[in-house]
Amino acid sequence: MNRFEYVRPGTLAEAVAAAAAPGAAFLAGGTNLLDLMKGGIARPDRLVDLTHLPGLDAVERLPDGSTRIGALVRNADLAHDPDFAARYPAIAEALLSGASGQLRNAATAAGNVLQRTRCRYFYDTASACNKREPGSGCDALGGENRAHAVLGWSEHCIATHPSDFCVPLAALGAVVELEGPAGRREVPLAEFHHLPGSTPERETARGPGEMIVALRLPPEAARFAAHSRYLKVRERISYAFAVVSAAAALTLADDGRIGEARLALGGVALKPWRSTEAEAALAGQAPDRAAFERAAEIALADARPSGDNAYKIPLARRIVVRALQLAAAGTPERLPALPASPFAPAPGGVLHV
Amino acid sequence: MSEISLTDDARHMRHGSNIGQPMTRREGVLKVTGTATFAADNHPPGMLYAVLAVSTIARGRVVSLDEATARAHPGVVEVITPANRPPLAMDPDAKTNPFMFRLDLLQNDRVRYPGQPIAVVVAETLEAATEGAALLAPRYEEEPARTGLDGAEIFVPPAVGPGHPPEAKTGDVEAGLQAAVRRVEAVYETPAQYHNAMEPHGVVASWDGDRLSLDMPTQALAMAQGRIAGLFGVSPENVHIRSPYLGGGFGSKGFPSGPQVLGILAAKMTGRPVKLVLRREQMFGPVGHRAPTRQRIRIGLSEDGGMTALANHTRTASSTFDDFFEPAADVAHTLYASPAIATSYEAVRLDTGTPLFMRAPGEASGSIALESAIDEAAEAAGMDPLAFRLRNYAEVEPISNKPFSSKALRTCYEEGAARFGWAGRPLEPRSMRDEAGLLTGWGMGTATFPALMFQGKARATIRRDGSGLMETGAHDMGQGAWTALAQIAADALGLGIDEVEFRSGTSDLPDAGIAGGSGHTATAGMALHAAGTNVLAKLAELATADERSPLFAAGNVGTIARAGRLVRRDDESRGERFADILSRAGLDRIEADGGAAMDPAAQEAYAMHAHGAVFAEVKVDPDFGQVRVTRLVGAFAAGRVINPRMVRSQLLGGMIWGVSFALHEHAVVDKRSGRVMNADLAEYHVPVNADVPSLEAILVHEDDPHVNALGIKGVGEIGITGTGGAIANAIRHATGKRVRRFPIGLADLLD
Repeated sequence: MNRFEYVRPGTLAEAVAAAAAPGAAFLAGGTNLLDLMKGGIARPDRLVDLTHLPGLDAVERLPDGSTRIGALVRNADLAHDPDFAARYPAIAEALLSGASGQLRNAATAAGNVLQRTRCRYFYDTASACNKREPGSGCDALGGENRAHAVLGWSEHCIATHPSDFCVPLAALGAVVELEGPAGRREVPLAEFHHLPGSTPERETARGPGEMIVALRLPPEAARFAAHSRYLKVRERISYAFAVVSAAAALTLADDGRIGEARLALGGVALKPWRSTEAEAALAGQAPDRAAFERAAEIALADARPSGDNAYKIPLARRIVVRALQLAAAGTPERLPALPASPFAPAPGGVLHV
Repeated sequence: MSEISLTDDARHMRHGSNIGQPMTRREGVLKVTGTATFAADNHPPGMLYAVLAVSTIARGRVVSLDEATARAHPGVVEVITPANRPPLAMDPDAKTNPFMFRLDLLQNDRVRYPGQPIAVVVAETLEAATEGAALLAPRYEEEPARTGLDGAEIFVPPAVGPGHPPEAKTGDVEAGLQAAVRRVEAVYETPAQYHNAMEPHGVVASWDGDRLSLDMPTQALAMAQGRIAGLFGVSPENVHIRSPYLGGGFGSKGFPSGPQVLGILAAKMTGRPVKLVLRREQMFGPVGHRAPTRQRIRIGLSEDGGMTALANHTRTASSTFDDFFEPAADVAHTLYASPAIATSYEAVRLDTGTPLFMRAPGEASGSIALESAIDEAAEAAGMDPLAFRLRNYAEVEPISNKPFSSKALRTCYEEGAARFGWAGRPLEPRSMRDEAGLLTGWGMGTATFPALMFQGKARATIRRDGSGLMETGAHDMGQGAWTALAQIAADALGLGIDEVEFRSGTSDLPDAGIAGGSGHTATAGMALHAAGTNVLAKLAELATADERSPLFAAGNVGTIARAGRLVRRDDESRGERFADILSRAGLDRIEADGGAAMDPAAQEAYAMHAHGAVFAEVKVDPDFGQVRVTRLVGAFAAGRVINPRMVRSQLLGGMIWGVSFALHEHAVVDKRSGRVMNADLAEYHVPVNADVPSLEAILVHEDDPHVNALGIKGVGEIGITGTGGAIANAIRHATGKRVRRFPIGLADLLD
């Protein structure tokens, strides 16, 4: 680990000023950054410790019905906030399906959004990685890439974004609130993470010195509370990143048809992958398998393997169908003991025949 | 004198007395309160930190290291490279016996595997040493990496495992296959797995002249002492090793690893105590691994499902510079009756660290393949897998025709099947679903592991107050040696466990032999038993020769120790306290040594193995292929059980590793670079609690009069065998898919 300066600002303004220096990095939960530093992947010259800033750890319901999640709210605290979990059950489910209890106790909301890819070639400093070292190449191409992207990738980078939390956030239209040298601005979460293109090192819309101060869910996001699920398929039952995941949220009209649908996928691209086309195709449809399969086709229409990962495409379609089925069946009264797992008890009985 | 002894009063943890009682771990409170001192917890005054720089290439030469920048980093005290490394008394590439493995101790600039130590940076802080190592920025002359079982030159290894012949057979396999009415032929692949005990390898070393003091986890104190003494040119008595607790060994701490020796070398070079602990990713190279295998299994069947032939030809791999060949095929020698059995091997050399013993070496990789093949054979014969195994039950060891010293496998099958509810299992695959529609399958496997013993010694003392002191340099690597051996020790003196001080875990005690091969309890236990017998004999001699003793002239009748008294065998009411015998003789203490070793005559006459039967239920999501092992029941017969709590725990741990073998564990090796790309515990998957929701181990009673006087067979490794195959077979039963490459992943099961 390189020698670095450690600063602990007392105010937001001080934090932004401290982070303006080149080579500065924000430290919150540290669950990703400290590992990156120990591995020599991140070598910041200055750590700006945000954990002592006041006012960033609240979950607030605003008068217009939107909800504001402070940047420093811990994953576990957010998931276990009863009011929050009742309004946004898919987000709570996603949070509880991620990492381990210890990590969720430490990891923060903003840190989760800003976490780096888990691509093995990004972590292995002896490998070529355009994200870590622009222009060096991508060793994941032609390498061990069974877990890599099937949507939105480029020949410069085939990594995925590993977050569970961000998937329902994207589906529900969350907004990222940023504070920077030029003041405050907002970016929709679905546009916050960049696809790799030819500049995979440019990961997010966050500018130099800018920090995430909050994530905001718009008023309409709470309309889906009765029909919201997150589903995550992984290589072990817990404590593993998603192979593919999906967040599905529906409103059902009085006639039983879908009013509005929300759908996003995780583990398939370098960003949480919201499919507004699939959402549009679901609106007004009966919530049946045929409609869900059509939505899945649309959501994955542009998918193509980036290596030994063609299996992820049919898998993703099936996960979309199941997530929509689960959402249509209704949000369970209590979160299952294995959140987001296919092995969680299925409400309404048999789902797969 | 030992510096480590457990002084906790054991009384409150007792549920009965000594052997056979499910006592809790004597060091349990220390461990759960964080006060048990593992090697890396030691911080002698003035200690420096050493950090390895390791190669990122698989093969080639280090052409430059930026030593100047590393040395200039604040806090860095020394940078050790091949250029300045002090000489050793022995070439690290020398091999004077098959159990001496070549080490990478900066002897030259060659790189022969990724993760090989290429320099050591010593500094005042761990952070400075770590950054110093990073600043070395090595440059290499790189040669192409040799990876995978295909592509490298194939040869027949001179021996497999610990010196077993690479070919063995009985009967005529080809004739058996010819005569068969059905044949099963299949190829199974197991991956490279890397040792990842919770406690990484480490050492805290202090030199005082030519005396060396080490805190270092080891499964073999005396062997480590000898190896280190040889490398540094000092006498073994000058090397004092404390290894009271290991945070897991599994074979990887059977021999001092190169990195540990480099820590000792750094202490010598700097003249200060040095601590070196491997980072997790550094475990994937210099401390041993389970080599990949490709096993071609052929089985011939008669009309009624009897086996006519069984053959396993295994390809495996060793490093380019040393020999260890995973003896995967050999498990076919003992398990199933067949008039013809043949096993053979071929191997390649890869640019990896040298493979090594890893929990059930050979048996684990061999078992998952053989048990899968047996399941395929049962299916070909249209038989229930348990009925098929009973049809081919081996009454004598098939390869040798020797009778078994004991074999309660039938009872294991019965009790395991009953507890699991095996009866009524439909033969047809993909015919069971649960209430949620998940595919459900039941599979089974037979578990087996040889009952081994090594040479070991112990010392027994009875003190003037009648209390006992039992000493042996044994190793508690989590299996419960502190507890189980203390139980044997107390029984050996006829005392309660809290009347005996049990010392263990340091190299100045009598050599208890290696804690490996599932033979430690038998070896160290028998040594303690013998020492106790010998000291009691001396005590009896004192008493029976003394006319003032109530035992006078009882020599012919014999005496026996009971609750701190020596009594006549023919009349237990006549006797006297140990303390009185010693006091009358004017002795402060009486002491005797004891030794343990295999009995060659019994070895010659009998085949000695532990056995078990494992039953698995899996559920598989039909759309996603994700698998969960929802139930595992194992029934094991392994001779006398010293402590059922520890034994159950060992068996459950083994079974969990079986889950890992079937579903999770594998090194993801980049074929181009040879580097392991998942060298951390987030990506190198092993089961988490949610992966093993229901586990049960049944201990089947078994008396074995031949293995050793205590009847102990050992349970350290058997749990991993049988289990992996049971899960693979359950997946077949659930899905109709037979996956022959492990671990089985969800992509293998997608329709």
